[in-house]
Amino acid sequence: MNRIAENFFDLEVMAKYLPSILDGVLVTIQLAILIVLSGLALGFVLAVVRAFQIRAVNWLIVLVVDAFRALPPIVIMIVFYFALPFVGISMSGFVVAWLSLTLVLASFAEEIFWTGILSVDRGQWEAARSTGLGFLQTLRDVVLPQAVRLTIPPLTNRTIVITKSTAIASVVAVPEILTQASAAQAFSANTTPLMMAAVAYLVIFLPLVVLSRWVESRFGWKR
Amino acid sequence: MLELEAVRKSFGAIEALKGIDLLVARQELVFIIGPSGSGKSTLLRCCNRLEEPTAGRVLVDGVDIVSPDVDINEMRRHIGMVFQSFNLYPHLSALGNVTLALRRVLKMPRDEANERGRAALDGVGLAERADAYPNELSGGQQQRVAIARALALEPKVMLFDEPTSALDPELVGSVLDVMRTMRESGMTMLVVSHEMGFAREAADRVLFMDEGEVVEAGSPARIFESPEHARTREFLRRVTGH
Amino acid sequence: MGGVALRLEALSRAREAADVEALIYNFFNLEVLLKVHPLLLKGFWMTIQLCILVVPLGIAGGLVVAVAYSFHVRWLNWLLIAYVDFFRSFPPLVLLILVFYGLPFLGIEVPSLIAVLIAFLLNTASYYGEIFRAGIESIGRGQREAARSTGLNGIQTMVFVVLPQAVRNVLPDLISNTLEVMKFTALASVVALPELLRMGRVAQGLTYNPTPLIAVALIYLALLWPIVRLLSRLERRTMAKR
Repeated sequence: MNRIAENFFDLEVMAKYLPSILDGVLVTIQLAILIVLSGLALGFVLAVVRAFQIRAVNWLIVLVVDAFRALPPIVIMIVFYFALPFVGISMSGFVVAWLSLTLVLASFAEEIFWTGILSVDRGQWEAARSTGLGFLQTLRDVVLPQAVRLTIPPLTNRTIVITKSTAIASVVAVPEILTQASAAQAFSANTTPLMMAAVAYLVIFLPLVVLSRWVESRFGWKR
Repeated sequence: MLELEAVRKSFGAIEALKGIDLLVARQELVFIIGPSGSGKSTLLRCCNRLEEPTAGRVLVDGVDIVSPDVDINEMRRHIGMVFQSFNLYPHLSALGNVTLALRRVLKMPRDEANERGRAALDGVGLAERADAYPNELSGGQQQRVAIARALALEPKVMLFDEPTSALDPELVGSVLDVMRTMRESGMTMLVVSHEMGFAREAADRVLFMDEGEVVEAGSPARIFESPEHARTREFLRRVTGH
Repeated sequence: MGGVALRLEALSRAREAADVEALIYNFFNLEVLLKVHPLLLKGFWMTIQLCILVVPLGIAGGLVVAVAYSFHVRWLNWLLIAYVDFFRSFPPLVLLILVFYGLPFLGIEVPSLIAVLIAFLLNTASYYGEIFRAGIESIGRGQREAARSTGLNGIQTMVFVVLPQAVRNVLPDLISNTLEVMKFTALASVVALPELLRMGRVAQGLTYNPTPLIAVALIYLALLWPIVRLLSRLERRTMAKR
């Protein structure tokens, strides 16, 4: 018991590294918010562009979206951070983490929005067009409102999974929670900082997971 | 064959069955009628312990199935049940539906189970639809497969829980035909249904239930022609529309 | 004037050619690839092994969680939901590092592969559990009752009637999660498990050339892209049914 207390809940270590972990929390939250905003926006735009059904454009979107859905985020970040500088593209760790996860979230979001758009009955398009609404008006006023509702639960879950992946930014030296905790762990030769990181993640993400359960029951697919 | 003694069932504060006594003799067809919420379905479901009776005894062929040391799964195959909503397994063909319990409960080898299953389907006039899946069958066909599923286990008693009320009117006849054949071959049957015509023609006895009690019981002729209780008269007046 | 423009154009063309050359030298360097391919191959097999271990482990763990939930024992369900939500709030990388560096502090020395498996099991079982749970809940009560009425016991009912339908109902979610789990295995590189990404980085370090990293990315694409395609198809089909 003593051993657990000493190695996992050492109060002195806690007090000493609390400020740096809190710095990490701020970085994680900043990164997460930026990713959610840019990722969802980009995903939405891509889905709307795809609705125009221009063959070449759609092929390109599908190709990129598929790739970012298939690749592990850690592989994307490592390629961006360690390989791109060789061809003259250098980005800071923060930008790499933001860009990688934005592209991943945008890809999943595009696919979800697009599936939502497809799920709206053809009759809705025809009814709207028959009353003289244009393509974009139909999309904006008739199709998207119905599609978005369907997409909320899967989108919430996916967003949580991807914002959790900000922990991976630790491999490209972004000073977020896990980076700070790992450094503190190395300095103190004690697991307490990792436990603090664990608690920090729980404090941030548990409310979101509980929220997602509520969202699921509120907007859930009618099976 | 089937005997209920002072069977009670409560859901929390609500008493669904207020002490039911009932004896269904071998080869008898007993019909239960009554308004919805009168406890008829609960009574039926107590007969194979899909509902646990709160008190009382349920004897099937002399065995008290409520007793804690009875193997209820072994007993249930002697008590066939047909549901209002068929409850066919959508992931299995008609034959698969019929043979699942044969293979898993009776541990029959596949060939033997298939043979018995086909015979059961033949018995309900669906031999040629053995490989069809439930969503490829009409409601009446689905209910007949459900009957075959129960019959294949060679039960001693069959329970019917509103077997025709989910069916389109033109499909009711085929299911009633199957039930009539079963009756002629001597099956013991307890039926909850609103098919008054069928009750009049085929039942040995009719029970009228209301508010968790058997209000009155007797031959179809007596119940339908000269009911004693005001509640029975009122119910019959409403369902027959006179 | 014309001469200058011409010279500028030639210059930029030369620079472009140099850029392409640099790109090929750095990203698609066959010589480097030839040198390090045994390393990458080793990493690839480790990744495959990880997938073969982690996916079935996670599915088994998830089934245990979901089936335990289906008994609807209140305190147990609270516990299961707490478990699932706890690990859904936890970045898998943090869990991995905590298990990897935490266990030795507890005096438990395990091979790194085992530490990785423990962390992944805890994480993936919660996701699979949630998916199977939704699947099981989507199967109506009538299916269980029909199965029990023919004498199948609780476990047989789960295995032969409920789960086959449940799995079919949540197949896209199951595949989607399996894709995520396979992607997670790349995280094991952080704790020096010699899987594909780790070997790619080692190879890059040896050759001072990022070609191995690009190769790693392409290998992941080849491995996982078919699953992504399949998933898009399945998701579209289920959505169309709604």
